[in-house]
Amino acid sequence: MADIRLEGVGHSYDGGRTWAVKPMTWTWRGSRAYALLGPSGCGKTTLLNIISGLITPTEGRVFFDDRDVTGVPTAGRNIAQVFQFPVLYEEMSVYDNLAFPLRNRKVPKQEVDRRVREVSRLLGLDQVLGRRSRRLDAGHQQIVSLGRGLVRSQVAAVLLDEPLTVVDPALKWTLRSKLKEIHRDTGHTLVYVTHDQTEALTFADEVVVLNEGAIVQAGEPSELFLSPAHEFVGHFIGSPGMNMLPAEIVGDVVRVGQEDVGTVKEPLPPGPVRIGVRPEFVRITPASGSPGVPARVTGIDRMGAYDLVHAAVGGHRVIAKTEAGCSYRPDAVEYLHFPADRTFLFRDQVRCGSLAPLDGRGPA
Amino acid sequence: MTVILDGISVRQRAETWLDDINLELSDGLTTLIGPMTAGKTTLMRVVAGLLTPDSGRVLVNGEDVTKISVRKRSVAFVYQQFINYPALTVYENIASPLRLDPRFRRDGLDRRVREVAELMGIAGLLDRRPSELSGGQQQRTAIARALARPVDVLLLDEPLANLDFKLREQLRADLKAMFAGSSGVVLYSTADPNEALTFAAPTVVLGEGRVQQVGDVAAMYAHPPTLAVAATLSDPPLNLLPGVVRDGRIEVLGTSFPAPRAHSTGRTVMLGIRPHQVTIERNGPGALELPAEIRLAEVTGSATFLHLLLQDGRHLVAHLPGTQLFTPGEPTVAHVDPAHVFVFDEAGGSGGRLLATSAAEVDLHG
Amino acid sequence: MTVAGSQVGGEVVATEAPAAPAEEEAPRAALKRKDNRAWWLVLPVVVSVAFTAVIPLMTVVNFSVQDVFSPVDRVFVGLEWFQTISRDPEVRAALVRTLLFSAQVLLLEIPLGVALAVVMPRRGVWVSVALVLVALPLLIPWNVVGTIWQIFARGDIGLGGWTVNNVLGINFNYTLDSTDAWITVLVMDVWHWTPLVALLAYAGLRSIPEPYFQAAQIDAASAWATFRHIQLPRLRGVLTIAILLRFMDSFMIYTEPFVVTGGGPGNATSFLSILLSKIAVGQFDVGPAAAFSLLYFLIVQVFCYVFFTVLTRSGR
Repeated sequence: MADIRLEGVGHSYDGGRTWAVKPMTWTWRGSRAYALLGPSGCGKTTLLNIISGLITPTEGRVFFDDRDVTGVPTAGRNIAQVFQFPVLYEEMSVYDNLAFPLRNRKVPKQEVDRRVREVSRLLGLDQVLGRRSRRLDAGHQQIVSLGRGLVRSQVAAVLLDEPLTVVDPALKWTLRSKLKEIHRDTGHTLVYVTHDQTEALTFADEVVVLNEGAIVQAGEPSELFLSPAHEFVGHFIGSPGMNMLPAEIVGDVVRVGQEDVGTVKEPLPPGPVRIGVRPEFVRITPASGSPGVPARVTGIDRMGAYDLVHAAVGGHRVIAKTEAGCSYRPDAVEYLHFPADRTFLFRDQVRCGSLAPLDGRGPA
Repeated sequence: MTVILDGISVRQRAETWLDDINLELSDGLTTLIGPMTAGKTTLMRVVAGLLTPDSGRVLVNGEDVTKISVRKRSVAFVYQQFINYPALTVYENIASPLRLDPRFRRDGLDRRVREVAELMGIAGLLDRRPSELSGGQQQRTAIARALARPVDVLLLDEPLANLDFKLREQLRADLKAMFAGSSGVVLYSTADPNEALTFAAPTVVLGEGRVQQVGDVAAMYAHPPTLAVAATLSDPPLNLLPGVVRDGRIEVLGTSFPAPRAHSTGRTVMLGIRPHQVTIERNGPGALELPAEIRLAEVTGSATFLHLLLQDGRHLVAHLPGTQLFTPGEPTVAHVDPAHVFVFDEAGGSGGRLLATSAAEVDLHG
Repeated sequence: MTVAGSQVGGEVVATEAPAAPAEEEAPRAALKRKDNRAWWLVLPVVVSVAFTAVIPLMTVVNFSVQDVFSPVDRVFVGLEWFQTISRDPEVRAALVRTLLFSAQVLLLEIPLGVALAVVMPRRGVWVSVALVLVALPLLIPWNVVGTIWQIFARGDIGLGGWTVNNVLGINFNYTLDSTDAWITVLVMDVWHWTPLVALLAYAGLRSIPEPYFQAAQIDAASAWATFRHIQLPRLRGVLTIAILLRFMDSFMIYTEPFVVTGGGPGNATSFLSILLSKIAVGQFDVGPAAAFSLLYFLIVQVFCYVFFTVLTRSGR
């Protein structure tokens, strides 16, 4: 399993006026499961196609370990790729579809049979192996496409471009965990492109967040969730995303409206700042205990397993995720607490510090 | 304004797409939820008048409109695909249904277009063409066009399904606020339980072409009357374990708990357990203990999804809060409080009816 | 990447919303309407078809069962003309000749057209250039095509005929040698009509989404395998149409061989249509000609039906 190294790789579809992927240097390490997460139009698919060789980057070089593959066509790169919608050889049987990439590479017949049966067992395709692939429903067609991506044992990487878009929601959970188990057993390098943060966080060892053609932050799922380095990551990861509130640094105290919510952990120049705290960590208490921020409850979503309490602080919306069955009333005033170790400070979208407990101190 | 569906059936060759649908829709939002092949789109097409049912009647305000052409009805339809006129600007797209309506002459039209655009958050994009918009903006335009002319019946068929996760989350909240103030019947179909729960509107659960249940979505979530309803409203999917009633207890995988109601010995039941009700620590004195092997732990930061392999080869998913670390391959014991187990009659199939949750002796079917 | 489609379907069925693409749960076939007034829209077509096709056909049927001596003297002869025509050795020879010609036309034009479509550029500035070049022969009137080839293939002054005779050193004369005449007519038809097949196939190929070709690259499929397993299966629809069109057209070919060879030398290029016109116009045997026409019509129908059934069945 090779490391895939991008050195200064960038791509422009219009001769350099705008960049679909801004020049970047990044290494996909062998045998890891990556999620490439971002909104549509952020350059995820372009980046994926640069790795597989379907697109030659405008700038930079692509290395598989130490081999420069920048100009090498897809077939020479030993990459498997699964697309968003089922791509099948429609007149072939499911078996022949799965065998196709192996037969093209002159794999011995017995080995082809062994691999096809193994993959179809893992993906639950045993019953339909003899069927013509176009007779399957879209969901199963996509599973066959997935199988074709996984059937080759010796690949540098398996690239998955939003592979579960057309699959029924319940089946999605099963397939994703199965994919992850397959990854653990085979040790393929996987790059999984998605816009769905749940998919990315549950699937990946490491999530790479892409926005406007640039990597914003990369790390383990819990790291991105617990300590986002950028407002975009706070917003895009987690459901609902991170609450962002305007605040001000006065001396070393952070103030929201009239209330002091904490001190700065490391010294920061005074002035406006935004604080970010995830709905999971916002605590609500009825009485005004310092350091609480008064907020008016605007609504409650009963989500079954949990409740979402919507509140307004000044004119700004804050959401708190609480246990199911909470008893807050709309229009009541409650006090919000932002735990110091889970609250971060942002300036110009970038994290500049974090909150420390107030310890009963007022502004200097 | 009321829409009544009276014994609606739609058949296509040997297949039954809708089977004897009886529903009454009144002003405001109604959510229609069901899996991919439940018949949601077919039902909406019948309500719109795009499809004439094989049997049954559609009544609007008591008047039979079953055979009345869609053109003569006051309906608007929003599709899953973002459908706009590509050659027209956003402004013209929204204005198009108003052009033929005498109620919107001159400045009335302009005011209405701007009002709806404001509501959908696309007021700044009125001069653009659809090709210059993102997917979310295109769908906002399509919804704005459907909303522009006041209609008796507004139908939205999974309008957010093709959008990015985050856009979906945001539009979901915006739509909830918008529908709160709408007059006329609004029918919104979805496959996503989170959407239905967020809207917190009267909800119709559709499955295999039949109405499974109608009611308040939170109540149905808490006490699903059938296995189909429980499964439709669960994300991640409901865990299912077969059990047998023996001597007043329900046996499952070598352990047992008191049967909530008297059942004859030997009867098979299906147990439904929501993933967030499964824990690893003991969670009560009477907790069920299910030995298992850890297959996979998905740590997302806000939650940990633990995939367990039970002794009979079945899978059990636990949705645990926060970050919890586990080693795949190791043995563990999953705990479930019997109070949170749904007991359905009939093992297998989705027709199982809720006999009771162990906690409350709810009997919805007498 | 999401599919952010913004196209609008053609018709406006619904309310103010433009038409939706077909949905999986309710294909268009299920749109049952009780409103039957739309049938009135078919009326103009029914009327014009009646005048242009049905009524003339009925007069032909009428003639086919009569012996017409003069406009006032007619005798009902039943199926006699049909028997005569179907037993006539000249007609039978022409039928075999025509079938052979159609078979050769299909065998040459379909593969050639597909091959042309495959090598035509998929995008870029060359697309329109290639399209115009390929479409050029289609824009020429049929009798002009005949004239062009009549001159082009001549051994003395035609560029093609002269080249074959003097450069390649092959003795070629389509006015004397029946094989040469046959080849001339066949090559002319291939030149004239392969572009139609190519354009149809090109449109079919263009509609294949890019990921199919990307998947083929990833699966290390050879160019042949890509063609065999991706392009060809997805050309089935347009090729069905191409085969039907080319069969019908070549089976009824008249103008071009009439101009180039006049059916000769001898009967070498005397196809059914040429023979028919000889009987109908040249000899004015109205009865046999009418019977001949009907048989001709029937054969075309049967072949088209068989082609269509076989081609669409094999796709399932």
